[in-house]
Formats: sequence, C-alpha cells, structure tokens
Amino acid sequence: MIEIKNLKKSFGDLLVWEDVSFQIDDGETVAIIGRSGCGKSVLLKHINALLNPDEGEVIIDGNNIHAMDYVDQRRLRQKFGVLFQGSALFDSINTFENVAFPLRYFTKQSEEEIRKNVMQSLEYVNLEEAADKETSELSGGMRKRVGLARAIVLRPHYIMYDEPTSGLDPQTADEINELINGMANTLDITSIVVTHDMHSVLEVADKVAFLNNQTLSWFGTLEEMKRSDQQDLQDFITASEYQIKG
Amino acid sequence: MRSLTELGKYSNLLYQALRSSTEFSTYRKNLFQELVKVGYDSVPIIILTGIFTGSVMTLQSAYQLESAFIPLSTIGAIVSESILIELAAVISSLVLAGKVGARVATELGTMRVTEQIDALESMGFNSVSFLVVPRVLAGIFMFPVLYIVASVCGLGGGLAAGFFSGTVPPADFLQGARMYFYPWNVVFGFVKMFVFGFIITSVSCYKGYYASGGAEGVGKSTTNATVLSCIFVLLADFILAALLL
Repeated sequence: MIEIKNLKKSFGDLLVWEDVSFQIDDGETVAIIGRSGCGKSVLLKHINALLNPDEGEVIIDGNNIHAMDYVDQRRLRQKFGVLFQGSALFDSINTFENVAFPLRYFTKQSEEEIRKNVMQSLEYVNLEEAADKETSELSGGMRKRVGLARAIVLRPHYIMYDEPTSGLDPQTADEINELINGMANTLDITSIVVTHDMHSVLEVADKVAFLNNQTLSWFGTLEEMKRSDQQDLQDFITASEYQIKG
Repeated sequence: MRSLTELGKYSNLLYQALRSSTEFSTYRKNLFQELVKVGYDSVPIIILTGIFTGSVMTLQSAYQLESAFIPLSTIGAIVSESILIELAAVISSLVLAGKVGARVATELGTMRVTEQIDALESMGFNSVSFLVVPRVLAGIFMFPVLYIVASVCGLGGGLAAGFFSGTVPPADFLQGARMYFYPWNVVFGFVKMFVFGFIITSVSCYKGYYASGGAEGVGKSTTNATVLSCIFVLLADFILAALLL
C-alpha cells in the first residue's frame, strides 16, 4: 500500500503542488491525470524518491521512503518497476540485455535462468522475436513494450507508468492499455499511471487522482469521476473529447 | 553565487563517488570498458600529438639556437626536458579534454535527458557508482599511462625531426637528452597526469550527470565540460609547478 500525505513541492519560487494526499491500495490501478506541466511526472518521481518533497511523506508498505538512508531507499525501489515516457532503454545494449540488465546485477541467476526470465517477460509484452534487436531498430510502441518487459522482469509489487500511451497511434495505445490491464490482473501488480489520455484512464484505472490548480483537486473511483460535478474535472474530461457522461 | 552552487554540487558528486567507490561489483564491468575507452582508444591521437609536439619543438629549438657557440646536444636537452616536464602532459591533456571529456559529458548528458539515469536509480542502482566512479578511476589510471606514450613519441618525433631535417644528428640529440635527464621530471609528469586525469573526467562527469534541456542542453554541457577541463588543467599545471618544482 502507498500512502501519500500532505506532499508539497516547489522548484525555487515555482510551486508545483501542495497538500497532495491520497492512498493507493494493493492491487488497484490509480491514474494520475491533469494538464501538461501540472506536475504529474514530478509526483510520480516522489513516490520512488527520485525527487524529495519540500513537505509531507510517502509511506510505502509502512516505510517512509524519504526518511530512509540511500541504501534502504535503493532496496525499496526494487519493489518498483517504472515505464518511462521515452522508455529510457539503454542504447548501448540490445533488447535482450536491456531486459536482462536488472537480473544480472540484482540476482545470482545463471545465464540459463536469465534467458528464461527475459524471454518470459518479452512474451508478456508479445516481443519475443525482438530479443536480439538493437534498441535503435525498435519502433515507439516496441520501445514502450521493451521498457515494460524490463520493468516487470524483477517481478515488482508496483509499476509506475509515465505517459505510457503518449506519442503512440490509437491501435498501439490500445495494445499498451491491454498490457497494463494484463500486468495488473496476471501478475497482481499495483499500478500507478500518469497520463492525460482519458481513453487510457477509462481502460485501465480503478481510481483517479486529478491534479489541478497546484493541488490534488479531486480523487475517487472511475465511477465517481463519471458522476462528479466538479467543473474543473469535467472541463478536463470534456476537453479530452471523451463524453463519459453521455 | 551560481559558481558557489556549482562548486557545492560538484563537491557533493565527488563525495558521493568517493562513498560509492566501495561498491566494486556495481562498476567492475564498466571500469574495464572505461579503461579501454580512455586508455587504449586514445593511443592513436596521443601518438600523433606526441610525435608532432616533439618534431616542432626540435625544429623551433634548432632555429632559435642556431649558433656556433651552442652545442647541438643542447637542443636534445631542451626538447627532452620540455617534453617530460610540460608538453607531454599538458598538450596531451588538452587533447584528451576534447576526446575523453567531451565523450564522457555527452554520454552522461544523453543518459540524463533520456531518463536513463532515472531508470538506473529506479531499478535500485547507485547511478554515481555505476557511471561516475569507473570513468574517474579510468582517467586517474590511464592518463599516466598515456603520458608514457606521449613522452616516448615526443622524444622519438624530436629525434626523427632533427635527423631528417639535418639540424640535429641523433647522437647529439640523445647525448643532450641523457645529460639533463632527471628522474624527478618523469615523476612530476606522472603526478600531473594523475591530477589532470581526475580533473577532466570528474568535471566532465559532473557536467554530463547534471545536464538538462534536451539535445541543446547536452551540447552546452559538453562544451562547458571541455572548456572548464582545459581551464582547470592549465590552472592545476601552474599550481603543481609552483608547489613541486
């Protein structure tokens, strides 16, 4: 379980958001939505302590990650898989080695076991045939899927997705949404999805956190969101061209 | 104020690198790769730099000391001392600031702006240990080795230039070089390269590690890394000369 309590972050004089509090229960998928530049990705980076808050805390399975020393933080981060916006694949090694990377450093698995696990992760994302490809040969959608395979190879408890469908065509975006649902259901992973793609939110989310006006403007289930009469939230949804209420 | 902030961030990165240097298993593989990239891959440019530095030094010394009262062996002495004390270390380091420093800053800068460093941290890696420590260690270990290459090529180039131009016979050149050879000069050269190796790799790692702003940001950090490395090499050269000579 992840508890986010009274989080506040500024960069210099610029307040990103304040008074952000919500809870992510085990097994659920929470979408963090909001306009571009509202600090969604910044919030995501606070959850695994890539950034530190000015105030507040993030409690992960009972541990305040920001109060830990660096060694314990790193150990806790291994519970997380992260799919970055640009996939963040290491371009000096091929697809197989990208997925194998965490296994080589954090486990004592034999080469045979590593191969088996890597191929299993690639199979989850339907990319077994791309194992030997260089990352430069992969399309945008394939890069996302390889990034996802790398994120799940250590069987994390949590996966964080940063704009998983941005820059993808609708069909590929749907495939990624299916994969997010597949990961949550098959591997019983708790997911946090940062996105401004409302179609994706409707496909994958159990709950929604809406960042607006430098704070957490709204938090609730998908059904509650559809019924919500909060104007800012409805404006955002309407602007996303998805007529949920209709 | 900005300079102080930068100095603070640079010092903090070095402190983290020092603390992380015990995590040998994290950076072992990268260290061997970096030793090859910093050392072996730089050998051709260092050979070229050494040969031309020695050759030009000999031809210019011969031109300046053209007198019946100055023995030709003096040219060998001047060239060898200049190369061992100053030129092999400083000229090579300025060239390496461009070759090694720019590569390091670009690699880390690109990894930063494409979130590869964030990805490493997210997986639970110590990114400083993984990326910075091996590069700085490779600089510290390999620059002194490259100094040997630069010195040998500089002396060889000087000797060859004297012979082929007909200005200094090899016997006179070698006699002068031997007459004024002090082992301390070589030790001084090694010390310099040790320091220059540290400066160039650490400054470049710093600039790359904290790069921001996409392709333009990486370009800026690479330029800054190269320029700052050159400035600090020249400054360190002066300080070391004042302290050790």
